[in-house]
Amino acid sequence: MITLEKVSHEWGDFSLKNVTLSVNEGEYFIILGPTAAGKTLILETIAGFYIPREGGIFLNEKNITHIPPEKRNIGFVYQDYSLFPHMTVEENIAFGLKMRKNPKREVETRVQNVMDSMHISHLKGRLPSTLSGGEQQRVALARALVIDPDALLLDEPLSALDPRTQESLREELKRIHKVRGTTTIHVTHDQDEALTLADRIGVIMNGKVVQVDTPYKVFNEPVNEEIASFVGVENIIEGKIISSENGVALVEIRNYQIHALSNLTGGEVNVFVRPENIILSKGKLESSARNSISGTITNVTQYGATFRIYMDNGLSALVTKQAIEELGLKIGENAYASFKATATHLIRR
Amino acid sequence: MSIRKALRNVRRQPVSTLFSFVGSVLVLFIIFTLFNMIFRQLVFESQGLFEACADPSVVGSIMLTLYTSFLATLIAMIIGTPLAYVLARHDFPGKSIVESIIDVPVIIPHTVAGIALYTFFMRRSAVGAAFSNIGIIFEDSMWGIVVAMLFVSTPFYVNAAREGFQSINPRLERVARTLGASQWKAFCRITLPLAVRHLFSGAVMAWARGISEFGAVIMIAFYPMIVPTLIFYEFTTHGLKGSQPIAVLMILVCFFVFIILRASTKYWGRRR
Repeated sequence: MITLEKVSHEWGDFSLKNVTLSVNEGEYFIILGPTAAGKTLILETIAGFYIPREGGIFLNEKNITHIPPEKRNIGFVYQDYSLFPHMTVEENIAFGLKMRKNPKREVETRVQNVMDSMHISHLKGRLPSTLSGGEQQRVALARALVIDPDALLLDEPLSALDPRTQESLREELKRIHKVRGTTTIHVTHDQDEALTLADRIGVIMNGKVVQVDTPYKVFNEPVNEEIASFVGVENIIEGKIISSENGVALVEIRNYQIHALSNLTGGEVNVFVRPENIILSKGKLESSARNSISGTITNVTQYGATFRIYMDNGLSALVTKQAIEELGLKIGENAYASFKATATHLIRR
Repeated sequence: MSIRKALRNVRRQPVSTLFSFVGSVLVLFIIFTLFNMIFRQLVFESQGLFEACADPSVVGSIMLTLYTSFLATLIAMIIGTPLAYVLARHDFPGKSIVESIIDVPVIIPHTVAGIALYTFFMRRSAVGAAFSNIGIIFEDSMWGIVVAMLFVSTPFYVNAAREGFQSINPRLERVARTLGASQWKAFCRITLPLAVRHLFSGAVMAWARGISEFGAVIMIAFYPMIVPTLIFYEFTTHGLKGSQPIAVLMILVCFFVFIILRASTKYWGRRR
């Protein structure tokens, strides 16, 4: 278990402001945030490269704030892998065990075991400069894991890789975590990574932890507008609650009204709806659970394999190419945007 | 490369071609000046060269020059390596002042440096007196030559070493520390082996600079004569006939040594 208690620190342009965070034993915790939010600084502080100006860091309830990095037993993997360029793959992985003065025989067996499990045994005599990015990252992981760390810190471990390698390494990280159960903190700005890997997500912005929640909650019920737009909630609309009954609020937006699941009973609100939760149709969908809002299409843009449709009612939706053709969705055409009351999230404005 | 291909290159990169021609003047200037002297000595006056080779005072002077410069370089490495590391890795108030101070010996005239060294290390000064108590005297002694060489060659070593350390990503040391290496071990096992090429070539430059020093040395230690002093002495007493053979011999020795050192630098650190 790793706990940060009211940690504040400044380093160049980066800063941490009163960061309190608790990562449970065996948890896969993702720190999500935009570039320059202070994510790497958190990891480097946990690893012991910086002593925070204020606050304390605890590893399994032991205060490690002033313990040097070499005595913390925390594995660290950087985005650029940081393999020792003058050592072979095998020497890189053995480094930590040699520093711990393990007997030679034991070092050999443990290095061989971790290389086998990471499928990199065939690379053992090679120098890092001759490896691909994915191979280097496997070696870096093996080097961090071979020392049996109490915690594993990953600083954007996948962001320098091409999409296919990214996916296979993501699976690898999942498998390693399942097998070993090492408490892991993984820093990223990539939402897909966070969604697929995290047990819990901590969102950090401008050096502050702004939300700690399950992936579902962070992505569907962000606590403020900034997080909402960062995690891809495209539809952020201003409205006003006009009535509330049994936890369902009726919200007035511009010239229409929607039903939203919320504890709020009145006042000015922001309505969040993820674009992938919106269904487009030519006619109004009749169902008590659904909001169905008519509007005119103002723009259509391609977004990877899908298309994004913007409407004059302030809503945007993600649809497939097939849906565009079948429904005849074009600029200037009329359509209905439908979504469930449970797909909305209200916060007070 | 065929002539047609070369012509095509000229048309494609006219500025680079022009610059190459202009630039070669400097290179030829250096080559011709040295070659002229060596050639004349070897071909027309080889007798003088053989005599110089056989003269114990000339051979002794060459050995003394190589040895004192080696000592100066060694001292520069022992003290300069930690300094270079701190300059490469840490920011502190006054850092740029320290960096400028290191460059001062390159800027000031060497006779000026010699006067400064003399007044600082002479027996009548506090420092000179302290050293003379433990038997080290600088005036007209080998140690005088060493301090003069150290003074002028330090910048070459420290700057090369600092650049070497700067070229190594500090993350490597950090990762080493998470793997259980103390700061000292991380330095010895990671940073030092990776910087060794820079350190070595810096040391070669410092050594070469020490060998070539004259102005600062004669102010504090005219005797024992290092080669530059000996050449100056021979030139003023016996003219070209006495000085040129020693000069050529020194050049040949230096070439030989530097070729070996250069070759070994290339071999070192090839594993990267």
